[in-house]
Amino acid sequence: MNKIWLIIKREFLTRVRKKSFLVLTLLIPIFIAGITIIPIIIAVKGEDHKRIAVIDESKLFTGQLSDSRGLYFKPLAEVSIDTFKRKYSEYGYSGVLYIPDIDINRPSGIEYYSKGQASIMLESNLNRQVNDVIEKKRMELAGIDKDKLEEVRSDVKVDFRSGEDDRKGSSAVAYAVGYASGFIIYIILMVFGMSVMRGVMEEKMNRIAEVIISSVKPFQLMMGKIVGIAGVGLLQFLIWGVLIVSLQMLIPLFVSADTMQAASQGAAVAQNGGNAAMAEAIEKMNYVVGSINWWLIISCFIFYFLGGYLFYSALFAAIGSLVNEDPHDAQSLTFPVTLPIIIGIMIMISAVQNPNSPLAVWGSIIPFTSPMVMMARLPYGIPGTVEYWELALSMLLLVAGFLATTWVAGKIYRTGILMYGKKTTWKEAMKWVMKKG
Amino acid sequence: MNLLEVKHLKKYYATHKAVDDISFVIPKGSIFGLLGPNGAGKTTLLRMITGIFYPDEGEITFNGRPFNPEHDIHRIGYMPEEKGLYKKMKVGEQALYLAQLKGLSEKEAREKVKYWFAKLDMNNWWNKKVEELSKGMQQKVQFIATILHDPALLILDEPFSGLDPLNANLIKQEIFDLSRNGTTIIFSTHRMEQVEEICDRIMLVNKGTKLLDGEVREIKQTFKQHLFRIGLGVIPNFAQVATHHFSIVKQEDHGYTVKLSEDSSTNDILRHFISHDIPVTHFEEVLPTINEIFITQVQKTAQYE
Repeated sequence: MNKIWLIIKREFLTRVRKKSFLVLTLLIPIFIAGITIIPIIIAVKGEDHKRIAVIDESKLFTGQLSDSRGLYFKPLAEVSIDTFKRKYSEYGYSGVLYIPDIDINRPSGIEYYSKGQASIMLESNLNRQVNDVIEKKRMELAGIDKDKLEEVRSDVKVDFRSGEDDRKGSSAVAYAVGYASGFIIYIILMVFGMSVMRGVMEEKMNRIAEVIISSVKPFQLMMGKIVGIAGVGLLQFLIWGVLIVSLQMLIPLFVSADTMQAASQGAAVAQNGGNAAMAEAIEKMNYVVGSINWWLIISCFIFYFLGGYLFYSALFAAIGSLVNEDPHDAQSLTFPVTLPIIIGIMIMISAVQNPNSPLAVWGSIIPFTSPMVMMARLPYGIPGTVEYWELALSMLLLVAGFLATTWVAGKIYRTGILMYGKKTTWKEAMKWVMKKG
Repeated sequence: MNLLEVKHLKKYYATHKAVDDISFVIPKGSIFGLLGPNGAGKTTLLRMITGIFYPDEGEITFNGRPFNPEHDIHRIGYMPEEKGLYKKMKVGEQALYLAQLKGLSEKEAREKVKYWFAKLDMNNWWNKKVEELSKGMQQKVQFIATILHDPALLILDEPFSGLDPLNANLIKQEIFDLSRNGTTIIFSTHRMEQVEEICDRIMLVNKGTKLLDGEVREIKQTFKQHLFRIGLGVIPNFAQVATHHFSIVKQEDHGYTVKLSEDSSTNDILRHFISHDIPVTHFEEVLPTINEIFITQVQKTAQYE
């Protein structure tokens, strides 16, 4: 087996040494880190110190608008809005909030003037505060005791428990994790499968295949390539994992924890209109993320990544061996192989929403789609959503499946790699499989 | 002692018989020419000998024992007609890789590659990518990769195609050297002038069957037309060449090519001219070229269709 090792080594090293490998491997984590960091930076930087002049003709808001980080309200009396809205910046204000003498039951005409468009955070902040003040005033007028109201207000959350140990869980997190891992597997199958196919095509086109096959068995050449490329994939994942984790640990160094919180709160204000709701959501998030069995997810991910890759890459290798001079042949030949992958991603998308539908269950067991669909179901919990027997059967079938596809592909590859001239069809290729010997 | 014995070898495809019952032997140390028109089954035959294909029927004996591809593959070097190397790989690394696939250790492979690179004046190619080399240079690399592991049997399919005369000659000298050192060589081609120059024995195949095989010298004798070329000091007149011993096939500048009649001997020809007092400057037998034999034999089989 020394020879297959040589082939694996060559396939691995030629790919890893390429500049494109280095670029891709380094750029993707930077990209991912970038899309995590940049919104924070934007949020922090976007919220510079703003002094806002308040012209309150209704006298309702006196002392009611509270300053927050980077945002200061300055009530101005005896100033006319018509003149001041043209020259507030001369006095060092970033904008003017104008409240006319409003009817508390039908408030209108509250305006904010600034040079540019106000940021979404400022907008939601102002809206919230103005409404709070008006609400409070209305309650007073209606004779409702605000404290009483707070007392009776209900804020109960139903706990969603699953499994025999009554573990708490959140379908939102399961949805996100399931969707992400299913999608990553889909991309892996396509990208690395195509890489195997191109490698085989290259060997066939430049006729090195015949030289190599006079030294090693075709099956060794095929498996060496498949395993070598799998190694490249694993290395890439390892580097990405390390880089992403370390980059995210570096974020606090660039941005102080304080600003981080401010930023996330700011974002929360924008989305939910209330700090409390977001704080709660974050808290909930933290405990739900903890509720997922990450080791199970990660080890299953590696299993389904490798299993799915081996299952499909052998078929892609067979396609590569069938292609002749015209690379367009590859397109029509790949269709029968890419079709189940695309069906798989479609079942996956439905399975993350409805992990116990018969479609999802069977999709996660049949090896053509199981790498994607099972990864979509697993975050919902095992046992519970995914029964142990389902996982075991799915894994067993995937192993049996890739042994079968490798066997079939080996037969096609052996003949195809040395066939030149006419285009080969799948029908013909299947005859090679059936042929004994 | 025969290095290779092939008996009743058959390989059938769905549509045609690529190799149909071919038998031959190759003595150790000889240069064996495998000739045939395109599509004659040469490549299929070679692929069976190199263990790439399994024959449908028949047996191959390698070095006195039944051919075992697993093991014997290391003693065979095969350069296919369509040469191919990894384009993006460096020349030195590629040669090392191919040598190791033939079972050499990394250390042995490195020594061998260095030796051959130095011998063929290729030392500064080591770090070049194959795609940077000319076609002829690539072919030299390919040739070296084929012989690095000192094969007992070297199979060369059209080794000179694409080589300039200088490099072709260089490779030819290496082939002779290898042959002198005991390497058995199968040389597949349809360039007949090379066959006569290089090969000891030949086999002619067409449409999957063997037309003839044997030593080049013997084959020429078998197919000789009893033609002789005679050079004369004076061109004789018409009456002076009327004889039953020979007939003139072709008139040349200073002589004739003549065909000897049955029951006559070469001395009858000479005696005829001497008796007419015509000075003979030279006299030689004209043997058929392999090219002529090839064409007549292939055409003959075509007529039977």
